[in-house]
Amino acid sequence: MPDSLPADSVGIVTPQSYHFDTPIELACGQTLESYDLVVETYGELNDDASNAVLICHALSGHHHAAGYHSMEDRKPGWWDSCIGPGKPIDTDRFFVVSLNNLGGCHGSTGPNSLNPATNKPYGPDFPVITVGDWVKSQSLLADRLGIQCWAAVVGGSLGGMQALQWSLDYPDRLRHSVVIASTPRLTAQNIAFNEVARQAITSDREFHDGRYYDFNIVPRRGLMLARMVGHITYLSDASMGEKFGRELREEAYKFGYDAEFQVESYLRYQGERFSESFDANTYLLMTRALDYFDPAYDHGGDLSRAIARASCEFLVLSFSTDWRFAPERSEELVNAMISARKKVSYAEIDAPWGHDAFLIPTPRYTDVFTAYMDRVAREVGA
Amino acid sequence: MRPDLEIIQQWIKPGDHVLDLGCGDGTLLDYLQRERQATGFGLEINPDHITTCMGRGVSVIEQNLDTQGLENFDDAMFDIVLMTQALQAVRRPDKVLDEMLRVGSEGIVTFPNFAHWRLRWGLALSGRMPESEALPYKWYNTPNIRLCTFKDFEALCRQKGIRIRSRRVVDGQHQNSWLARLWPNLLGEIAIYRISREEE
Repeated sequence: MPDSLPADSVGIVTPQSYHFDTPIELACGQTLESYDLVVETYGELNDDASNAVLICHALSGHHHAAGYHSMEDRKPGWWDSCIGPGKPIDTDRFFVVSLNNLGGCHGSTGPNSLNPATNKPYGPDFPVITVGDWVKSQSLLADRLGIQCWAAVVGGSLGGMQALQWSLDYPDRLRHSVVIASTPRLTAQNIAFNEVARQAITSDREFHDGRYYDFNIVPRRGLMLARMVGHITYLSDASMGEKFGRELREEAYKFGYDAEFQVESYLRYQGERFSESFDANTYLLMTRALDYFDPAYDHGGDLSRAIARASCEFLVLSFSTDWRFAPERSEELVNAMISARKKVSYAEIDAPWGHDAFLIPTPRYTDVFTAYMDRVAREVGA
Repeated sequence: MRPDLEIIQQWIKPGDHVLDLGCGDGTLLDYLQRERQATGFGLEINPDHITTCMGRGVSVIEQNLDTQGLENFDDAMFDIVLMTQALQAVRRPDKVLDEMLRVGSEGIVTFPNFAHWRLRWGLALSGRMPESEALPYKWYNTPNIRLCTFKDFEALCRQKGIRIRSRRVVDGQHQNSWLARLWPNLLGEIAIYRISREEE
């Protein structure tokens, strides 16, 4: 963190926890009797509560999307590049709401929270949460905040799935749905990568069938491996090549199996850092939510019939080198929207960073996103 | 508004579902949405134009007609498909015309006339590829790779069984002069055609 805050930062922010004690019924058939959601907000809600924008986070995301928690923070929130004064999601005009989803591990109720029934962490007893469940809980949060209709619901990757689900489940509670680097359903290859990640976690001896909290231990190796394999899918061959190439940490081969290439030590470092801050059960839950997401499923696989319910306008963005959720997946979604006669705009942004590109402010991405959100702001008089 | 767009908008019925191929900065669709309560999409590949469209609330899809065609659009889903000043820039205008009249019940096409007297005169006199206000490029960098004359276009329509419902011929300033009406293939610079499938 620099000595002073950048002018286009939302500044120092403080998360707030909201307690809900009306039971919420989940897609899996179980009910959570009560739960907490941790939330950050940026900007001011206007008088008619029309300028609210909901940010939905991806697999490893959380409520801290922009700004700093203290002057000691090394880095700002995960989407600080797009949220702030004068940024695409302009906090001088919008009231931005960002939460940690149910099942998360950053303060909202999840597998590492105390189960009131047992007074121990839920662990594997925490129900599997779906994208639909998240959207339901987000709608209850909107009620609590006095927001009847979002100006826009915005998300990248798994967050984009929530933005899409909002348009189907609460069509009259959002004006715009912004779906970035996302997909209407995972491919077999996507699910396969998730399965490798889950196997890495569950086969760690320290996983203890998900009750590792009881042993005061964390399945660190499994979580690290899961993150390493996930991380590969977030980058592109080209961006990895540019960043590391075949660069060695030392000058010559050592004819062993330690991390000799820079890319190996980078992945290990990323995996280790992640395993220190993320909960293994949450990782399982998030990847499962990804696997299950398929709004066309209840409509005989016909996505445009699923989308028929929506009444908001859509912005769909994809990135040229994203092979996790490739542009073709976004186009599938756009075509279903066209067929369903929805208002949709689509752009494929040329960017070398693979799936991670949705977090990186390339000029064209920023231009398109800014132009669209500017128009949303004008529409609601913000 | 550009006079050619002025002519086109008269042919759009209130509430029409419109597809605009090569919609540019979305001026026409924006106008049709506001003044004709039209709905629909523009297709565009120019990044700046796409940004402008999004900023003004015109639904725009980044899609390249040459490589992607119109396969993602259902049969007869539009009332009108527009293509202003883009026919001469696609690789297969004949196929685009077929696709236009598959996805829409009517089409409106405008393009520059390569048989305009000034172009003929320029070529005859200088022996160099003609340039004009409507065609301001050099032969090696022009996006206009499929130039044709009004007669060529009408011959293609006949061959394909496409009915020309109306034709308006204008000069470079898009003015509808009586001379251009009299002798279109020689004196008209830009034509605006309204086409549909020949009724069975």
